[in-house]
Amino acid sequence: MQPLTRHQIAWRAAQDLLEGSYVNLGLGLPVLVANYKPDDRDLMFHSENGIVGVGPLASENEEDPDFVDAGSQKITLSLGAALFDSTQAFAMIRGGHLDVTLLGGFEVSQTGDLANWDAKMTHKGQLVGGAMDLVTGAKNVRVTMQHTTKTGAPRLVERCSYPLTGVGTVDRIYTDLAVVDVTSDGFLVREMIAELSRDALQEKSGATLAFAKDCTTLDAPKL
Amino acid sequence: MIDKRVDTLEAALDGFGDGASVLVNGFGGAGVPFALIKAIENSSATDLTLILNSARFVDGFAPRIFADRRVSKIICTAARSRGPDTANYEQQWLDGYLEIEMVPQGTFAERIRAGGAGIPAFFTPTGAGTELGDGKEVREYDGKHCVLEHAIIADFAIMRAARADRWGNVRFRGAQGNFGLAMAMAAGTTIVETDDPGDDPIPPEDIHIPGIYVDRVLKHEDMSPANAGGI
Repeated sequence: MQPLTRHQIAWRAAQDLLEGSYVNLGLGLPVLVANYKPDDRDLMFHSENGIVGVGPLASENEEDPDFVDAGSQKITLSLGAALFDSTQAFAMIRGGHLDVTLLGGFEVSQTGDLANWDAKMTHKGQLVGGAMDLVTGAKNVRVTMQHTTKTGAPRLVERCSYPLTGVGTVDRIYTDLAVVDVTSDGFLVREMIAELSRDALQEKSGATLAFAKDCTTLDAPKL
Repeated sequence: MIDKRVDTLEAALDGFGDGASVLVNGFGGAGVPFALIKAIENSSATDLTLILNSARFVDGFAPRIFADRRVSKIICTAARSRGPDTANYEQQWLDGYLEIEMVPQGTFAERIRAGGAGIPAFFTPTGAGTELGDGKEVREYDGKHCVLEHAIIADFAIMRAARADRWGNVRFRGAQGNFGLAMAMAAGTTIVETDDPGDDPIPPEDIHIPGIYVDRVLKHEDMSPANAGGI
């Protein structure tokens, strides 16, 4: 099995969303997760601009500028959707009413710190959006990212080098190589792709990995 | 007789001038008061403070507000332009001319709500242990570090809504509402632009912003560009 594609990472993350859960999907890879929702599960997608029940993207003739998600995409609503203002959207987040938040990341530390908001670009302004609220308030914080940077530097690290989004908050990480939980003892690999040795995965990681007793093969359908 | 309707952009923005602080509603193009933003661009007001979710849509729609260096401070959750280039406001920030206060979005919404609700400050776990929590008073509640955040109030709030009546009651459509209610509460003067300032009252149970928070209702066509969410 080759490293997972972005869509395969999204598919894998979607399999863990339980029936009836309320889920926020971040910009980038996480929003792809909605495409791979298992058919037998009723999920409600939350958007921090004031929606519970984000449905599929609007087709060209359905587009309506008043119906957008937090990524400015034109969307439809799903059955049972509700609309509300931003203070409510964040009361849901901060108040612990959201079951899962899925976000992109630059780095996750072995104690569950997340860095995902400020890449320290020298010629661009900053953008924090709702990420700090989401990682603080959601019951379960899950991160999707490539296992290493384009230059091969690890993204699973002992301490984040980029500015933090939240402290000790990440529960699970989905990468192109593995599914890794953050436990009180550090990183615990739950699944990893075949034809990659544990030593090779460790080499691509910046902190010590432990392997679950029932560590299995990370597999995804061709997408 | 209470009638908050005004006929012109000039009347809507009466009193707006140098040094004004203004809360601007809008997220992804929805609820953005494009006509009022254009009118601010066409005014000569300078030394402005803009309080809004993202600086990008103002720059994209009314670039002279920034190009003429008429904004001295932005309080926002997003100050990054699209693409690889450096926007005018980003350059002014990099040069130290323009102050940008970066606020996590939930804290942004709640600081504005608090301002309108008479709560001067509150503790929140959001941002604790991050750069955006630096220098703020920290207290521990239920084992969680929380930072002290202060309320935001402003001279003006501007927003677009599907409907408003002469009493100032407002009804939004879709995702127009976003920061609108909180901003209307937190402003000295709240101005709503709408296509539909009808004579009939909005049914009381359908109201998103009670008219007590609203000062002026302007009938104006929607001036949002086709790619409103993309600017």
